[in-house]
Amino acid sequence: MKKKSGVITLLALFMFFLFPVFAWAAEDGIDTGDTAWIIISTALVFLMVPGVSLFYGGMVRQKNVLNTMMMSFICLGVVTILWLAYGYSLAFGPDIGKFIGDLSYLGLKGVGIEPNGTIPHQLFVVFQMMFAILTPALITGAIVERMRFPAFLVFLVLWTTLVYDPICHWVWGGGWLMELGALDFAGGTVVHISSGVSALVAALVLGRRKGYGTERMVPHNIPYVVLGAALLWFGWFGFNSGSALGANGLAASVFVNTQVATGAALMSWVLAEWLRHGKPTILGGASGAIAGLVAITPACAFVTPMGSLAIGLVAGALCYFAVSYAKVKLGYDDSLDVFGIHGVGGMWGALATGLFSVSEGAEGLFYGNASQLGIQAISIVATIVFASVTTFVILKVVGAITGLRVDDEAEIIGLDVNEHSERAYSV
Amino acid sequence: MVKIEAIVRPGVLEDIKDGLSQHGIHGMTVAQVMGCGLQKGRKEVYRGTEYSINLLPKVKIEIVAVDNDVDGVIEVIIKAARTGEIGDGKIFISRIENAVRIRTGEKGDIAL
Repeated sequence: MKKKSGVITLLALFMFFLFPVFAWAAEDGIDTGDTAWIIISTALVFLMVPGVSLFYGGMVRQKNVLNTMMMSFICLGVVTILWLAYGYSLAFGPDIGKFIGDLSYLGLKGVGIEPNGTIPHQLFVVFQMMFAILTPALITGAIVERMRFPAFLVFLVLWTTLVYDPICHWVWGGGWLMELGALDFAGGTVVHISSGVSALVAALVLGRRKGYGTERMVPHNIPYVVLGAALLWFGWFGFNSGSALGANGLAASVFVNTQVATGAALMSWVLAEWLRHGKPTILGGASGAIAGLVAITPACAFVTPMGSLAIGLVAGALCYFAVSYAKVKLGYDDSLDVFGIHGVGGMWGALATGLFSVSEGAEGLFYGNASQLGIQAISIVATIVFASVTTFVILKVVGAITGLRVDDEAEIIGLDVNEHSERAYSV
Repeated sequence: MVKIEAIVRPGVLEDIKDGLSQHGIHGMTVAQVMGCGLQKGRKEVYRGTEYSINLLPKVKIEIVAVDNDVDGVIEVIIKAARTGEIGDGKIFISRIENAVRIRTGEKGDIAL
């Protein structure tokens, strides 16, 4: 009898702890397929951060690889906390003047597992968190090999708060660009133009690396770069297809468009450099793929596969031109070509959305609606102006608080030892 | 006692080692080095920017041999390393005063 009552007690406890699970499964509005896909997509977007670490880490000199990787990896810590504390609320909280969200969701107050669309609200928060983490990580490519790590951390906090969160709200959180009808499915303006333009400003404010133009600054580990690019490409399927916020036909169409544009851009970059320099390079192939991924990001839900092909083909050649010709002519030192790929690729993608969109009611120029191109142009200009001016001010403030740049000796020795007391390779 | 330093293309190292082994010579020191000579280097391209590379990768083999073996060693190296193209490398020969085997303290030719 005693044994039986013990079993019943255990069963009761078991049911008590399981109850919330049953409650969730029965929650109206949540679709398990959609939820599963967005959890996977979130993890895919997460993988892009170590992907960026490898992509950038391979392109710098041996003495700076750890500092370069650390700059993107640390975003996983800093931005996670910021997003939880107030970032999500600023970006997606109830709107204030079409410019910013309010602080209703401070500390994720009131954000539980209730449905947001067909997925739990907290899942939407963490999916968007990955975008907020990745975007400043992209900027680091322009400032590596010379920026002080403490200065970067202050910059990271201010930039995420003052640039990313507002632009995210403008485009996705109910802000003025959303109201205007700007199309940016997975982050052409929010992620790539904002980071690309900010990267250029940061490169200009910091100045060139010591020995730039006279010393050989070539990638120390191209296999890292290829591995990083491959992880980015893989993760980008979650980035773009996950933005459908459901396991549905739209997600499938986005997946196809992402693959087509990326393959096309890879080929057009490689062919462009083959024609110009006589040989195809794997670094060019990896760079072209990223250019294609960037360019298709805003358009991926609004275009046909043939439209994606055109967007990708132009993106590869255009970004190759920006990196290998325009940058050299203009003489700025964007260490790893963040502006040339994310800035230029993002602008092309946002414009191309206004050319190739077949979305009902928001067709592009080639489908008889010139006004969409104008709206896209406004979103590009607004992002450029806001991101560049705010980034400039942030850097000046950070520079006044703590020096932006390591001293000459530290730059010669390398930032791995100077900033982190670590060395990537012992021999 | 003579030291033979051969700077050769990386790809011929195994052939040289095999040839020397057949001559009964097993001791050598090998290092990966960068160097330039009559070869004018080559061009590398990273993201569309060209770099002239003057120093090319080579392998340096150091062998200390007794006087009687010197001609044989040089012959083996030349046979394995010669392609007839610029960049085959060079051999430097210099006299060594003495050698000491650390384990036993033996000196002279017997220490080799």
